[in-house]
Amino acid sequence: MSQAVDQTPSQTDVRMDGAAGLRGEREATPGSAGRRRERLMVPKADFDSYYGRPVLNEPTWEAPDIGGYLFLGGLAGASSTLAAAAELTGRPRLARVSKVGALCAIGGSFYCLIHDLGRPERFLNMLRVFKVTSPMSVGTWVLTAFGPAAGCAAATEVSGLYPGLGRAATLAAGAIGPAVATYTAALICDTAVPAWHEGYREMPFLFAGSAVASAGGLGLLAAPLSEAAPARRAAVLGAAVECAAAARMERRLGALAEPLKRNRLLRLGEALSVAGAVAGLTLGRRSRIAAVAAGAALLAGSACTRFGIFKAGMESANDPKYTVQPQRRRLAKRGAERDLG
Amino acid sequence: MAFDLDERLGDGRVGFFTDTSICIGCKACEVACKEWNQVPDDGMEFTGMSYDNTVGLGADTWRHVAFVEQRRPLGHQEPGVGEMDFRWLMASDVCKHCTHAACLDVCPTGSLFRTEFGTVVVQEDICNGCGYCVPACPFGVIGKRENGPKKSGAGESGGTAAKCTMCYDRLGAGEEPACAKTCPTDSIQFGNLDELRERAERRLEQVRAAGTTSARLYGHDPGDGVGGTGAFFLLLDEPEVYGLPPDPVVTTRDLPSMWRHVGVAAVALLAGFAATAWRGRTR
Ligand code: SF4
Repeated sequence: MSQAVDQTPSQTDVRMDGAAGLRGEREATPGSAGRRRERLMVPKADFDSYYGRPVLNEPTWEAPDIGGYLFLGGLAGASSTLAAAAELTGRPRLARVSKVGALCAIGGSFYCLIHDLGRPERFLNMLRVFKVTSPMSVGTWVLTAFGPAAGCAAATEVSGLYPGLGRAATLAAGAIGPAVATYTAALICDTAVPAWHEGYREMPFLFAGSAVASAGGLGLLAAPLSEAAPARRAAVLGAAVECAAAARMERRLGALAEPLKRNRLLRLGEALSVAGAVAGLTLGRRSRIAAVAAGAALLAGSACTRFGIFKAGMESANDPKYTVQPQRRRLAKRGAERDLG
Repeated sequence: MAFDLDERLGDGRVGFFTDTSICIGCKACEVACKEWNQVPDDGMEFTGMSYDNTVGLGADTWRHVAFVEQRRPLGHQEPGVGEMDFRWLMASDVCKHCTHAACLDVCPTGSLFRTEFGTVVVQEDICNGCGYCVPACPFGVIGKRENGPKKSGAGESGGTAAKCTMCYDRLGAGEEPACAKTCPTDSIQFGNLDELRERAERRLEQVRAAGTTSARLYGHDPGDGVGGTGAFFLLLDEPEVYGLPPDPVVTTRDLPSMWRHVGVAAVALLAGFAATAWRGRTR
């Protein structure tokens, strides 16, 4: 064989320096040659995917960390608000358990958050920027403001020192609490995960309800009967909002609600919340034991709900159908609108 | 919600035009990418998915060649496999370097940033491995590396997010990215994005005129849900056939509304507690 190799430089004809290189005979057009015999067409499947592989990459978040984070963050935020309300209405013991509960919960949620990082030692890197486009950034700042306030509120309460400072911290934590309890909804909805993203209208209410129910549960569990009235009412209110938001979300999402509907944890969470709220309001008024059981059920219910939402989201991300079909419907709708207009 | 690129970038933006109609499935791009960027291995597995054992993009796969076998004709071609219609589609997938990039928007450390070339790059010494970018990406591109030196070579950057950088280091030196450089058929073309878009339009007409009417461009339209992509494609079938979302939308487009809903829920929570606490007092 001779060495008559084509010496044309093998580069594309667009380059950084703008000089156009040579483009050889590269106008190959596949399918242009030959003539086909007639054959039967194979009917197309109603939905295509690449070997059934998910379109999205699976979230790397671990269920115990992020599910736990959602639950504990909600409990901490709502408990702080309940603590402030209890303090202002003269229910010192309900305030005390709520403050201590909030501190423990926020500690736990910090642990979950940091534990889930690939490089935990770089946690502080989140404090080098503030981005409204990133709920995680916003949340980190909210927690950074909330953590010390909740800590101070609990420490002054337990030690009895600096009551003035303690009251200020209690009110501050109580005011930031609602943000702590609800921002996590934006955190998970601001992703491409279909069941989370599409549910963004109801998710904050679902989370708020679940958080209120869990804080009520903690109050029922740990505060004396004489002071637990707000906790009992909060539990009922929270459970009701949680169930209503979940029902609305499932209705609105249509076919995309499947992973939510068949999620056992979600159903269990709802059942526990409702049972706990009702038991707390009835038997829990008179019997300390019933109140404790109702409180435990409410806490467990809230945890189940959060893990259920987490699981359902993962499931929707792992099946290409939940990514492709809603997008197809959207395209079809847009196409139809264009044709009509 | 995504910050406005067009103003900042002007016409300095570069991109990839991947013309899948001339991809021959040689995977030279996959190899060149791994070599140049020192991307660690991502396991050896036999998948049975045609010639594709790479499976998909992730932390340790920045170019992925998809192989699709279909019992359908390609243009006027006679496949020569008896009474069966057959076509084989191959496509080299990559990070889209979105105009409105969700990964960049949600990154809480600012590790993901927009370069002077209009590309999206992870600074691995800033990344703390929170993994938020992974579910944010509507294309399933970015991934998080395993923590620690479990895999060969992952020690340094273990636990952090990783994806295609469009060979940021090569661009700075005036070189085209490794995959485009190596592609033997010019299926992967690199260059000024506007120029590539024009070229893609011409190529689309040519391919369609030659009989492959199912050809379409993907990601070239600045009006789509991610504002158009920096890496766009000429496909011969629906995007989902190649594992691409048919109508991707940057999740942060709805974020203002999400924050409003969160705000209302937070106020309602406060009001709810106030009502439950003070109701008893007045009674
Ligand atoms: S394709 Fe995914 S990883 Fe690439 S820029 Fe867009 S959102 Fe980011």
